[in-house]
Amino acid sequence: MSSQLVQPMEEYLWEQYEDRKQQDESYLVGMWTFLSTEIMFFGALFISYAVYRYKYPEAFYAGHEYMNVALGTINTAVLLTSSLTMALAVHFAQKRKRWMQIGMLVITMFLAFGFLGIKFVEYGDKFREHLVPGYNFEWNQANVNRLEASTAPINIIPSLKAGSLPADSAISHDAQMYFIIYFAMTGLHAIHVIIGILIMMVFIGMLVANHPSVRYHMPMEMLGLYWHFVDIVWIFLYPLLYLIPR
Amino acid sequence: MDTHHITPISVYVKVYFVLMLLLFATWAISRIQLGPWNNVAAMTIAIIKATLVFLFFMGVKYSSKLTWVWATAGFLWLLVLFGVLIDYISRGWIPVKGW
Repeated sequence: MSSQLVQPMEEYLWEQYEDRKQQDESYLVGMWTFLSTEIMFFGALFISYAVYRYKYPEAFYAGHEYMNVALGTINTAVLLTSSLTMALAVHFAQKRKRWMQIGMLVITMFLAFGFLGIKFVEYGDKFREHLVPGYNFEWNQANVNRLEASTAPINIIPSLKAGSLPADSAISHDAQMYFIIYFAMTGLHAIHVIIGILIMMVFIGMLVANHPSVRYHMPMEMLGLYWHFVDIVWIFLYPLLYLIPR
Repeated sequence: MDTHHITPISVYVKVYFVLMLLLFATWAISRIQLGPWNNVAAMTIAIIKATLVFLFFMGVKYSSKLTWVWATAGFLWLLVLFGVLIDYISRGWIPVKGW
């Protein structure tokens, strides 16, 4: 676990800074200020999730039965892997190995496209199953039957036990809230993934052209921080949306 | 000191394997019945995973004190925000007409 130190790159010291250390710290503090606003942005959605799940546990359980856990788990693995390749891209940027950096960025970008592709399939299923609030949401006897036939024993939410779920119950109304929150949170997250892909494309283009702006490693570190933040958001979305206790 | 910490590849790979292991653990635990403890386990694992990403992938572990303050401030704010849940949980404790 030894750490390595690189030689200073004085040619990339901008004139308003004393030294590289101060300059690098300014990059980091600036980026973390932006990420704090992102935490507040997503935080409000996590709070609304917590409030509605607290108020409507049955509806949230019912809604989560329509999640594709396999695809969700694969997507988590894809995003974690992309975080590793992004970390390696930053590592090679620090070591000034440009082509390794480009390679890692390209892999990260493909993984990000893979994530979006899987998400696309999942969204498609929701549209087909009439689970999109405001567009085609329907909750009928078929949904109730499916829920009651659920293989898992349900012992934490008694009112979900067989025979106690009329199709026109309040659960139909409340289950929409689960899907509103599902689409809002995963949608906002997907927008962040798309923005990440766009920034990666810009970086790859500039790196291939060996543009002077990306020879210094700090801009690359900023992209890394952004991507890892998007990963952290998903780390929480995965258990909250896909793995509600049975 | 004009030096910059570079995390070795081996550290990144080790952290990655721990993250994948935790992902498997969180999935496996969700398959078994633990009642309310399922939630506790899922959230504990998620926090451990996020902390690993935060410390190693984002490199906060090796950063300056000032960066630490900036990096943790947002997450601390989120904890304060979650304090509003006290209202939702405690409102029913004392029955008051009109609530």
